[in-house]
Amino acid sequence: MNRQNIIVFIGGILFGFGLAYSGMTKQEVVLSFLQLKDLGLIFVLGGAAFVTFFAINVVPRYLKAPLLGGKFKPRKMPFSWKVIIGAIIFGVGWGLSGQCPGSVIASLGTGNIPVIVGLAAMFIGAYIRGLLDK
Amino acid sequence: MLGKDLDIPCLVGDKFNNDPTAVLVEVEIMFPHGIEPYLIGGLIIGAGVSLIYIATGLHATQSSFLTTTLSWFSKRKHFQKESNIQEREWRLFLAIGLVIGAFIHTLTLSPKGFWSTSVQIWRLAVGGLLVGFGTRLSQGCTSGHGISGLASLSKTSFYAVIVFMGVAIITANIVQMLGVSP
Repeated sequence: MNRQNIIVFIGGILFGFGLAYSGMTKQEVVLSFLQLKDLGLIFVLGGAAFVTFFAINVVPRYLKAPLLGGKFKPRKMPFSWKVIIGAIIFGVGWGLSGQCPGSVIASLGTGNIPVIVGLAAMFIGAYIRGLLDK
Repeated sequence: MLGKDLDIPCLVGDKFNNDPTAVLVEVEIMFPHGIEPYLIGGLIIGAGVSLIYIATGLHATQSSFLTTTLSWFSKRKHFQKESNIQEREWRLFLAIGLVIGAFIHTLTLSPKGFWSTSVQIWRLAVGGLLVGFGTRLSQGCTSGHGISGLASLSKTSFYAVIVFMGVAIITANIVQMLGVSP
């Protein structure tokens, strides 16, 4: 395991711990947010984006390059209808099942066996996306 | 507690002039479990994403993991792109980290220990299929557009988040109205 992968792994542990701490790993909690019964989940997204905002926009002012090499590059992409159509389809799936990719991967660590079905289905969905890409 | 007797949530500031507790009631209705666990969890997630970005310049997003992992199994051009091959190893480490992080939480701070969802398998399957397809077509999910995209001030991600969150809220409410629970 090189240094990059070690850092990614440690960051992943924090990510997974935070997901479990906030309840995102429980589909019922996500659904209660989407059913507008408990709006707390907006603070998970907001809190995570808030901290990351500083890493992406402020830290590079004081640090020329990432500590282990590479380049700082914000995550921007040109607008396309694929992004919006994809977001609609994702929204239907998220609203139906309370699952999104990160939360389901982390959820495996909480002993949530049934979401293996959801994760397998996600791989199939991603594979179908690949089949349609000419 | 305060909000338990009320059936309908009142608007913020509605009765504020007459009754200062009205806003508190409102807050309890919208956030029955408070905001602390959510906010703290979000800050920890942000710390993980930031650590990875500051050390490596990589965006710790999740749905790409599906595509890069499939590059080990499919010879199709879509999966064999150079970027997928380059990223598939660290994305696997990220995913394993996620599982272990949630596992550590379950062993230490989770009062009920291991837990399983009661959402029906058909919903997990159909939902998962749509999530896998949709996030890859959209090139981002709750973390890609939601955390890294918004933190990068990307307009595209902003639109994506508004759309998937709006559609998910509508879908979840329709499903609930049809009598499907949880």
